[in-house]
Parts: sequence; C-alpha cells; structure tokens
Amino acid sequence: MVAFRIDRHSGMAAYLQIVQQVQEALRLGILAVGDQLPTAARVARDTKLNPNTTLKAYRELEHLGLVEPRPGVGTFVSAVPAQARPLGDSPFRGELSDWMGRARAAGLDWADVSALVTAARAEHYPTA
Amino acid sequence: MVGIPPDGGGSRWAIEAHGLGKRYRRRWALRDCSFRVPAGAVCGLVGSNGAGKSTLLNLAARVTRPSGGSLRLFGTPVAEAGVLARCAFLAQDKPLFPRFTVEDHLRLGEELNPRWDRAVATRIVRSGKVPLHARTAALSGGQRSRVALALAFGKRPDLLLLDEPMAELDPLAAHEIAGLLMSEAAEQGTTVVMSSHQLSDVSTMCDYLLALADGRLRLAGEVDALLSAHSLVTGARLVDGVPPELARHTVVESRVVGRQFTGLIRPDGPVEGDWRISEPTLEEVLLGCLRSPGAPPLITAGARPDGYDEHGTPEVAA
Repeated sequence: MVAFRIDRHSGMAAYLQIVQQVQEALRLGILAVGDQLPTAARVARDTKLNPNTTLKAYRELEHLGLVEPRPGVGTFVSAVPAQARPLGDSPFRGELSDWMGRARAAGLDWADVSALVTAARAEHYPTA
Repeated sequence: MVGIPPDGGGSRWAIEAHGLGKRYRRRWALRDCSFRVPAGAVCGLVGSNGAGKSTLLNLAARVTRPSGGSLRLFGTPVAEAGVLARCAFLAQDKPLFPRFTVEDHLRLGEELNPRWDRAVATRIVRSGKVPLHARTAALSGGQRSRVALALAFGKRPDLLLLDEPMAELDPLAAHEIAGLLMSEAAEQGTTVVMSSHQLSDVSTMCDYLLALADGRLRLAGEVDALLSAHSLVTGARLVDGVPPELARHTVVESRVVGRQFTGLIRPDGPVEGDWRISEPTLEEVLLGCLRSPGAPPLITAGARPDGYDEHGTPEVAA
C-alpha cells in the first residue's frame, strides 16, 4: 500500500500527481504486482481529494496497463513498468550539462538559466 | 448521451434550475440562475459574501421559496413533499441542541428519519472518538461538526447541502472533517453541494463548480471543462489596451504591469501572436471571473439546462 501526497501548489493536476507517484512507487519497489492501491474513499479521507479524481488517476494507470480494477474489491497492481532507463548516463544529461557550462561561461546566472529551461520545457511539454 | 425527458423524470440531475430567483423586498438576492448539477458530483459554491450562496442553498433545502423560476431536485419540483427526505442541509452554525448529549442527537435522528442508517451515523461519531455521553455544548468545534455530519449522513441523503462546512475549524479539524466528508460521499454516492471561501479546498475537493457574484451565476460546470475553457496569456505590451489579436477571444480580465500584458481569456480558436500561453489554476479562473462583472458568464455544455446558451440565457427559438 502507498500513501499519496497531493501538492496543491505544484500546478500539476492532482490526478497526474497520483499517476506519477504510483509509477515512482513501482520503480522504487514500494509497490509490487498484486498490491492493492488505496481506495478512493481512503485517499479522500487522508488527503481530502475528490474521489472522482483518484478514480480518474486509476483509469489512467489502467490505460497504461499498470493496474487492473477488480470490481467490488479494489484496484491492484498488474504490471511493473518496463525497466526505466537510468537517466544518470543518458546522453541528454551530458548535453544539458555542456549547455549549462556554456551558459554560465557566457555570464547567465541561476535565474536566467531557470527561466530558459522553464520556457523551453513549456514549449515542448505543453500539457505537463 | 442519454436524452433527458422534458419533465426531468430521470434522476441524472441532482439539481436543475431554470431562471431561478429570490427577492427580499426590493433586492434580488439571486436572479435568473439556470444550471444543472449531475447526480454524484461534489459541487463547490463560491462567491463573495452576499453573492447569493446561502440563498441558493436555502432554496434547495426549502428553507425559503423562490420568487421566480423553477428548481428541481432529482427531477422533482422542490415544492413537492418527499423531496426533503432525500436531502440533508447543514447550516453554517451546525445547529445542535446544546443540552442534549451526542447519544440524544443520534436517537433523535433515528426517531425523525424514516431512512435512518444507525450504522453510518454511529461509525462517523465513533471514528472521531467523540464521547457519546457528552453534551454537545461541551464539544470542540471539530467534534460538533462531526456530530452534525453524522446526523446528515445518517439520513442517507441523495443530496447533501453544506454551508461553509469547514469555516471556523482549526486546521487539523478542518482537514479531518473535509476528509470525512469526501470519503463518506464516495462510499454512499452522495451528491454534495458545499459553499466555501477556501478556494484551495474547492480545487481539491470539488469536481463541479457554481460561482456567483451579485446574485448572478458567473460560472457553472465541471471543473476540468471550466479550466480548459480558459487560458492565461502573457507577453510584451505593444499597444494600449487589449491587443487586437486577443480581442477576438473573450477577454475575462487583463492587466498591464510595466511592459508586460497578462490576460485571462476564453480562446475562440487558436491564439495568434507571440504569447506565452498557460493553463490557469482554478483559483486564477475563479478570481478573474468574480472580479470582472463585465465578462460574460460561462455555463459549460454539461451544466446548461436544455434550451439555454453558454451564457445561461434562454435560446430564442428560430
């Protein structure tokens, strides 16, 4: 079982936060195949989140093939996501690091770089 | 989508209002409100003090009668007997009899309500460790709220109307009561309409929304639909006033700070020009719409009764 934490100021939709937290729990081994996810009423009691929001997240996870509902019982983990690519030695990390090195050498400060990263991210990931 | 018979005989809509209004002497506390709330929704009711929130709740709970228009609960006109049994109303002051004990209240609930569910009421009281033999005058605010909610849910209502359920509770009690409300509503499938000034609570707890200003409906609909109907645009200010490429959309609110232009708009097609567009939070949409009396109301397709347009005005037959 896991407990969800809903950050009301993250700007990310609450149902997506649940989807992400389940995926993360699966990667970290906190959740395994056969484990039950908390019921919508349970999540509602702990986080005062609208139960329909939790159910929407579970439908999304079901769509991703990670969980399956058993009517009248609850929602259970049915699969663990394929081995996540370790981001540590990804080529993107190296490229981003090079880019940041050049930005710093050009005199951009922390806030400049953050603003550029945020703008680029918003451009390429409009829904997140 | 399943068609709804014109007499509203189905129970798909927990609330359906047509041109609903309430006048106190010369002042309209609520005017020309047309909307519907589907069964199973958790609906937030927001607006400034005096905007008409309590009036709307009082009309639905049959505490007062409408001066105009019609109001149906689960397809039945609110004036008809029998509607009250399906509906529970919890006023803001959570009225309990101070000299009665918690147990007395539960017994009273059982005597007065034919559909009384003792197991549910007792469970809600016990899970909060409220002493059954204590007089309610001796309870804390959170405990009193819990007893009042136990009485409301013990009625097994199809529709629960709450006026500021978490107001005046300390943060811990407010969190506990909100969680209790959400989980019981989930388990019993209750439709909830709750007024609140806490916009952060509304955005976590509610999937449906009614926003009032000056007795008029400003927004009504599913939270997701209301959010996606709005965009925040930010960019450099090149002209005075609203830039022409934005003027073709509905501009709810706009602000200029130095050389920056920020606007809350309802896009009608793609937005042209060099604008940064982001999805607003529910708080931003609510504040923007409540602050802008000149902007047209928005009633989403799902919240519009048949025969009304997106602004909540009756469509004229062609």
